[in-house]
Amino acid sequence: MSDGTFEPKIVGFLCNWCSYRAADLAGSSRVKYPPNVRIIRVMCSGRVDPTFALKAFELGADGVLLAGCHPGECHYLEQNYKAMRRFSMLKHTLRAMKLEEERFQLLWASAAEGNRFAEHVAKMTDEIRKLGPLNWPRNWIEKGVGDKEIEKFLKEHEEAMEVPAR
Amino acid sequence: MSDKGKLALYWAASCGGCEIAVLAINEKILDVANAFDIVFWPCVMDGKVRDIEKMPDKGLDLCLFNGGIRNSEQEYMARLLRKKAKVLVAFGSCAHEGCIPGLANMNSRDEIFQFVYKDCPSADNPKGVLPEVETKVSEGTLHLPFFYDTLKTLGQTVDVDYYLPGCPPEPERIWDAITAILTGKLPPPGSVIGAETTVCDECPRKREEKKIKEFKRTWQVIPDTEKCLLEQGIVCCGIATRAGCGALCPQVGSPCIGCYGPNAGVEDFGARMMTAIASVIDSNDPEEIDRIIQEGIPDPVGTFYRFSLAHSSLRRSNRAGNGKPAAKEEAEVSGR
Repeated sequence: MSDGTFEPKIVGFLCNWCSYRAADLAGSSRVKYPPNVRIIRVMCSGRVDPTFALKAFELGADGVLLAGCHPGECHYLEQNYKAMRRFSMLKHTLRAMKLEEERFQLLWASAAEGNRFAEHVAKMTDEIRKLGPLNWPRNWIEKGVGDKEIEKFLKEHEEAMEVPAR
Repeated sequence: MSDKGKLALYWAASCGGCEIAVLAINEKILDVANAFDIVFWPCVMDGKVRDIEKMPDKGLDLCLFNGGIRNSEQEYMARLLRKKAKVLVAFGSCAHEGCIPGLANMNSRDEIFQFVYKDCPSADNPKGVLPEVETKVSEGTLHLPFFYDTLKTLGQTVDVDYYLPGCPPEPERIWDAITAILTGKLPPPGSVIGAETTVCDECPRKREEKKIKEFKRTWQVIPDTEKCLLEQGIVCCGIATRAGCGALCPQVGSPCIGCYGPNAGVEDFGARMMTAIASVIDSNDPEEIDRIIQEGIPDPVGTFYRFSLAHSSLRRSNRAGNGKPAAKEEAEVSGR
């Protein structure tokens, strides 16, 4: 950040059984990848409610990564299929909200795929760095209005409504 | 002066349905009149903002405020009534979570003005006049409220004591709330006055197993009269919506659209809908899942956030150029 380049903040939801272990493996085998992903471990990708991703964007994340076991290999049998469907559904909604595709991604990584995880994070970080900051809360800021306009109303009301008391 | 309490009702960005809903409590409105002096109700009776301004702070016992905050005048009134009212109730879906007017958060002010004043087929505006905050005429300067880019809920604008959900709130629930306020049997401030269960609990339809191969829109099918609508592939929001209406819509074959807002404990209505509906899609193939979703739900925001966009986590669509560096944006603001 010190040299002024934009470093994206990515929140990663990783399942305990595969993708978190993939990240662990990437670390213990000293694979280099960007430090931009903040990892939150969940028991299963199926645990990730769309609320989690929305909350991350609401709080200013530049990207959200959802990672789980490969389809068919879920520790809880088929909950990652639910993650897959929820991802697809949320993606559909976020597209309508004009969020760029690259900012919300899904990755399947087994416990043995440290490299795959590292490569995906590197790719995603790069893509988001090109897009620039998201800063969703800035969407709510009213451009060109502040307390001043409101205060102006107060004064106008006072002026317009003052009639001599009988 | 009588020793009755003082009641004010106000409307901001709303349709007027909430005002009718107040009268739908029928003869009980007389009980309300017995308990309160109605000092301010612009929809129904003459009253002056000045009178409210001159009241002592907390001089109003109760204010029922419906409508979202779309412009600076509404924000002024919200702040004024907050200051003057002992108890401020966000009355109805608009004040609670933005409701239909909040769906305009999918567009910016410029886009809304462009359509409403220029592109709309019924617009007759050859000079292309748009509302201005200030207009100079020979007699002086005229003022209009400043139209916001993003509609806010009442709770996002001022502190709200209680929320009364519904579009509009059902008469029985309104009466329950008024009774609760009169008798002081109230939940902690900031809470929603209503049931803590979902519309499904009130719905008489039979529920079995939910597996959806295809979402259907209401005009595509004549639904079975007994079976759960969601199990028939119709997106019904009853699963995430607070009870209180008696499941009026599903009973007559129309899916719940979520007007009573999120059930207790639900932070983001749309997220709850998405998580529930997505998980029952009967496919494990990513391409088929995408197809089912995209064909069956062409308008996801209008489906999942019909009433709650302004109140949701994201509140509005992403504005163009939002990700630009701060310096560039500053230049844009000053150029306005």
